[in-house]
Amino acid sequence: MSDCGDSDAGWIFYKDRPDWNDIKPVPEDDGITPVVVIAHSEKFEDVYDYFRAILQKDEKSQRALELTKDAVELNSANYTVWQYRRELLKELGTDLRSELDYVESVIKISPKNYQVWHHRRVLVEWLQDPSQELDLTAEALLHDPKNYHAWQHRQWAIKSFRLYDKEIEFVDSLLSDDVRNNSAWNQRYFVHNNHTGWSDMNVQREICYTLEKIKFVKNNESAWNYLRGILLHDKRGINGNGVVTAFCEELYKNRCRSPFLLAFIIDVCEEAIKKNETNGFHNVERAKELCTALATKYDKIREKYWMYLRDRFEMYVCVNGENSQ
Amino acid sequence: MSFKTKDVVLSQTRPTTLLLQKHADYLASYGLNKDDFEYCMTEYLRMSGIYWSLTAMELMDQSSRMPKDDIIEFISLCQDSESGGISASNGHDPHMLYTLSAVQVLAMYDRSDAINIDGVVKFVVSLQQDDGSFFGDKWGEVDTRFSFCAVMTLSLLHRLDAINVNRAVDFVLSCMNFDGGFGSKPGSESHAGLIYCCVGTLSICKRMDALKVDELAWWLCERQLPSGGLNGRPEKLPDLCYSWWVMASLSMLNRIHWVDQEKLEQYILACQDSETGGFSDRPGDITDPFHTLFGLAGLSLLGNSSIKQVNPTYCMPQETIDRLRLEPQILLI
Repeated sequence: MSDCGDSDAGWIFYKDRPDWNDIKPVPEDDGITPVVVIAHSEKFEDVYDYFRAILQKDEKSQRALELTKDAVELNSANYTVWQYRRELLKELGTDLRSELDYVESVIKISPKNYQVWHHRRVLVEWLQDPSQELDLTAEALLHDPKNYHAWQHRQWAIKSFRLYDKEIEFVDSLLSDDVRNNSAWNQRYFVHNNHTGWSDMNVQREICYTLEKIKFVKNNESAWNYLRGILLHDKRGINGNGVVTAFCEELYKNRCRSPFLLAFIIDVCEEAIKKNETNGFHNVERAKELCTALATKYDKIREKYWMYLRDRFEMYVCVNGENSQ
Repeated sequence: MSFKTKDVVLSQTRPTTLLLQKHADYLASYGLNKDDFEYCMTEYLRMSGIYWSLTAMELMDQSSRMPKDDIIEFISLCQDSESGGISASNGHDPHMLYTLSAVQVLAMYDRSDAINIDGVVKFVVSLQQDDGSFFGDKWGEVDTRFSFCAVMTLSLLHRLDAINVNRAVDFVLSCMNFDGGFGSKPGSESHAGLIYCCVGTLSICKRMDALKVDELAWWLCERQLPSGGLNGRPEKLPDLCYSWWVMASLSMLNRIHWVDQEKLEQYILACQDSETGGFSDRPGDITDPFHTLFGLAGLSLLGNSSIKQVNPTYCMPQETIDRLRLEPQILLI
């Protein structure tokens, strides 16, 4: 735990500041038992006692704005501090550009915090200027490519201000760094779904792109999920795209037994059965065989799921049997 | 072929039995120990802290060790007379998250009369948007978490009719992704915690029929790693709280048996601290009330008989849900 009392030698407690001596500090009152102040949180107590005091007084001043900075530094997750800070910014007519720089510096220290990102968004909305948001989020994603807050902010900025143009390039670079980055795959879908659209040409191009990535790393849950996602937009469905089914059978023939490959072939079988398009590769028997292989050998931890699926295929046999009578 | 997985290895010396009394002692002292640095640091989420601790104590049948009267008085103090919402602590701003925690605590104590119920209803109603979504507070952050908070809060007060339920459901469904999962907003990545919120919303609104059940359940099962622990998204480390988000979702989908329950139980037990009591996110880390509740609740879903039965939708004791005559939807297989 960091000892915030000692971290900055020049620190002066609010209770010792002459320009604050008109304020009576307000300790935390949760009505349960008296608060015991101990040495290592003295700075924290001091700042928040004064923060409660200005909140209670509803004081809108420059010193209050400075105080919220200290309060944020001690706990950037405190939503009331941020909310009060925004009220101060409005009331005092503070330069919002410098506030953008400030919140950027806080984001760099606390990139996984709802309040900082929300503050950023409100500022961008007030300024109607999204010009720094792609760089800011790219920087955050450089440090943590799956940071949910950064992705949400990025999607919001892109959607609100139509910043789609270079997003596929950005996604490409992330997937080149880590082809298993599920957030990047999700972003890829986001761009196509909201911007590029699902023309047949685009769907086929995305399929080729994804198959290339799977060829590179076969046991990649995200890429297989994405493949299913784009096939939702292929009129021929999950079993009707010859490029995809040939690719899968080729992998299988070359002894790839990734659970995701086998699971995908099972889905192809299921759709073929439902559409009455079964063939030598895609039929009830193959599906059952793959379910058994997954349950007993390649994905034992999910044995119960695969056995459930196998039973479901048994039922297809029964139903078909009844139909033929 | 690469089978690289991000995961942890459980040590030979890990706890393998449930240290129930240690956890109860840990929470009993945590709630009162105001000289803890953590206590000062967590003022901004105090209300949720009370909910986590009290629910865990209820599940261990030791809630009598919590200062009931003080807690109820504290909650009354935290209700904002203007908006009707409830804040994390006295003097803070009201927020959907803490309004829900407060209502859950009062539901367990059967003391909803301690707050102005009409005020809470007014607050929740005021945060619903035209598209059916909910803000968390007046500052306008939209998130499926808040949809869940809204319907859960109102249903606990038997006032679900006060909002537009159909639109609330439509918004949640607009956050469904191509993998069958859900994120925080339309287009946001699927995430086990947010899936729990969305499935929970549909469970309370009795609209589970709208889910792609098997696809979603498979995605949830895929969260289990060789250590037995569950992660919240592909290629992330396991974290104990996901044993709740994932297992509660699978329970509502009636497919909890699809994960390897024995291995998951071993992982959850390994997250206990045998010295301090409490559970942590991963074996060996520092414990906290949040992970302690979700560790116990997860074990309850797995059928551990020394813990009371938990309701998967509300994350509250089943007996409370029964007393309130609530019947959140659980799918039939």
